[in-house]
Amino acid sequence: MNAPTVADLAAKGETPDVLFWVGCAGSFDDRAKRVTVAFVKILNAVGIKFAVLGTEEACTGDPARRAGNEFLFQMQAMNNIQVLNGYSIKKIVTACPHCFNTIKNEYPDLGGTYEVIHHATFLQQLINDGKIKLKEGGAFKGKKITYHDSCYLGRANNIYEAPREVLQALDADLVEMKRCRTTGLCCGAGGAQMFKEPEKGKKDINVERAEEALGTGATTIAVACPFCMTMMTDGVKNKEKEAEVKVKDLAELIAESL
Amino acid sequence: MAIVQQIVFIGTLTVAGFFIRQRVLRIRENIFLGKKKSIHDRRRERLKNMLLLAFGQKKMFKRPLPAILHFFIYIGFLVINLEVLEFVIDGILGTHRILAPYLGSIYPIATNVFEFLAFAVLTACVIFLVRRNVLKIPRFWSAEMTSWPRLDANLILTTEIALMCAIFTMNASDQILQTRSEHYVNTGVLFLSSYLMPILQQADTSTLIFIERFCWWFHIVGILGFTLYVTYSKHLHIFMAFLNTYYAKLEAKGHINNMPVVTNEVKTMLGLAPAAATPTEPGRFGAKDVVDLSWNNLLAAYSCTECGRCTSECPANLTGKKLSPRKIMMDTRDRLEEIGKSLDKKGKGANDGKFLLGDYISKEEINACTSCNACVEACPVMINPLEIILELRRYVAMEESGSPASWNAMFQNIETSFAPWKFSPADRFNWSKQE
Repeated sequence: MNAPTVADLAAKGETPDVLFWVGCAGSFDDRAKRVTVAFVKILNAVGIKFAVLGTEEACTGDPARRAGNEFLFQMQAMNNIQVLNGYSIKKIVTACPHCFNTIKNEYPDLGGTYEVIHHATFLQQLINDGKIKLKEGGAFKGKKITYHDSCYLGRANNIYEAPREVLQALDADLVEMKRCRTTGLCCGAGGAQMFKEPEKGKKDINVERAEEALGTGATTIAVACPFCMTMMTDGVKNKEKEAEVKVKDLAELIAESL
Repeated sequence: MAIVQQIVFIGTLTVAGFFIRQRVLRIRENIFLGKKKSIHDRRRERLKNMLLLAFGQKKMFKRPLPAILHFFIYIGFLVINLEVLEFVIDGILGTHRILAPYLGSIYPIATNVFEFLAFAVLTACVIFLVRRNVLKIPRFWSAEMTSWPRLDANLILTTEIALMCAIFTMNASDQILQTRSEHYVNTGVLFLSSYLMPILQQADTSTLIFIERFCWWFHIVGILGFTLYVTYSKHLHIFMAFLNTYYAKLEAKGHINNMPVVTNEVKTMLGLAPAAATPTEPGRFGAKDVVDLSWNNLLAAYSCTECGRCTSECPANLTGKKLSPRKIMMDTRDRLEEIGKSLDKKGKGANDGKFLLGDYISKEEINACTSCNACVEACPVMINPLEIILELRRYVAMEESGSPASWNAMFQNIETSFAPWKFSPADRFNWSKQE
């Protein structure tokens, strides 16, 4: 797999046009790693001069901050900013809406200002510019796909249309859930919930959301976030529909249709 | 006789003014018990938010039916208050419909417009009462809607209905009196209230004069009393919504406020800045009580009218968790009012041994939040319950180390392995070896 590190490029006296921030889920979670690989495949197919930080990358601090541990967040943030500024990084793309939000909105307060793009927007731009060419009559033509809004893309950053435009490029039949865009229901993982059991209640949030997604009759649930991926996949399994309905990231859908 | 009425009126106005002023000063002082925060930037955007969301009610229209009904009451409130101006002048000068001769043919038009608006307000209030008490719309009956919040809402709606009925009865008797006495200036036909005239036609003149005067007094004293009541009620949003939309957060909803105190310490720890010569006492990290919150969070608590749109969209609440963003705002205001009451009595204020966290809001509630911003998005007047939840979490994590065990484990993983899971940092790039 061609995934140069920024250090590799620096050794050759080069800098990447864009840094791909992989994130912890994209680096360690087996399911999310497949999304990382799919996205790298697209970057290579398009011929973009990109690089990753490799082992120099560290957690943005998002879950620590949202769980209330501001010290830990700022330690992580400042270390990351030192690394990014050290390599004079200007532009960052990431497949994780949580990393995206933190680096874009919160790092500037601590001295790290970059152009940060989520991969949904990045893919949409590549499609619009004609740089990504999808197969005629691809695997998803006419298939029902529903898109689950990530809170950290949607409400947190007002990105609602880019992921939908990416899906439309697949010629798929995009069906919406009742709760979508500004009223999209959370998968249940945000705010550091990913790292603990839910509080006592009647139901798990991801099951509620999976039921709604399954109710559309879609055979693919598209997501744009590694945490949504985990939650929706578990929700679909809970309803014993994993054989018929697949949860996939935008990057995987595009990579499969190249 | 007229002079007695004038004296009583001026006296009533003065007493009402005194009590309303006291409450306004108390609320102001309460809000500024919060932490200082300078909000003077981006004035155009702030003004735009105020005009669009408070004045223009933009977000209300996400739910069209209540939006239209609410709009009737809102416009009615704004416009009928012009009529109250005439009430006040008449009351002080001992005149009757003083503006009629000056406005000429405009007066009947204006008064008819007021009547139509009054009817719209009345209808909307009746429908709202039905929605709350007969249809029992769920968001008006969730756990935090205990007897007082429900009574508060019903009192407001009933008072508004009574005030509107007084206007109609007053105008109807006035129109009959216009045919019997020169003292009653000709207003022309007042379309809606003229329907009530047949009922009153039989009454003798002195009874009609009494009815007219009673309704006049009922309306004006009602409005003064209502204004004072509003300062103790959720209904304060009629003023606070304007302030809150102006001072609300402008950054992307995903942004969490930075803590500069922590930044200084972290910079020192990382050797990025020299240690401060005299280490400053940082106070409390995060919030344990309302006085640890920023003043704009407290302003937001006074702006909440408990409509429950936030709670009805909260994923935690929808799935049966204890968290309700509306309750966060109600608790914040209740605690602040408790402190204010104590200060009024020269009591201990915030040092009464009680706290927002623990006595009002439990850890179970704040731990259930997914920070999804559904509540923030849903609020028609830009209230942000998430900011308060996060400040409480900050206190728990940094002052008490009392976060849930799995969060403490996650903190430790980030500290030692630079990832929220326990993986070796050396394995971070292993994904590239696939395929």
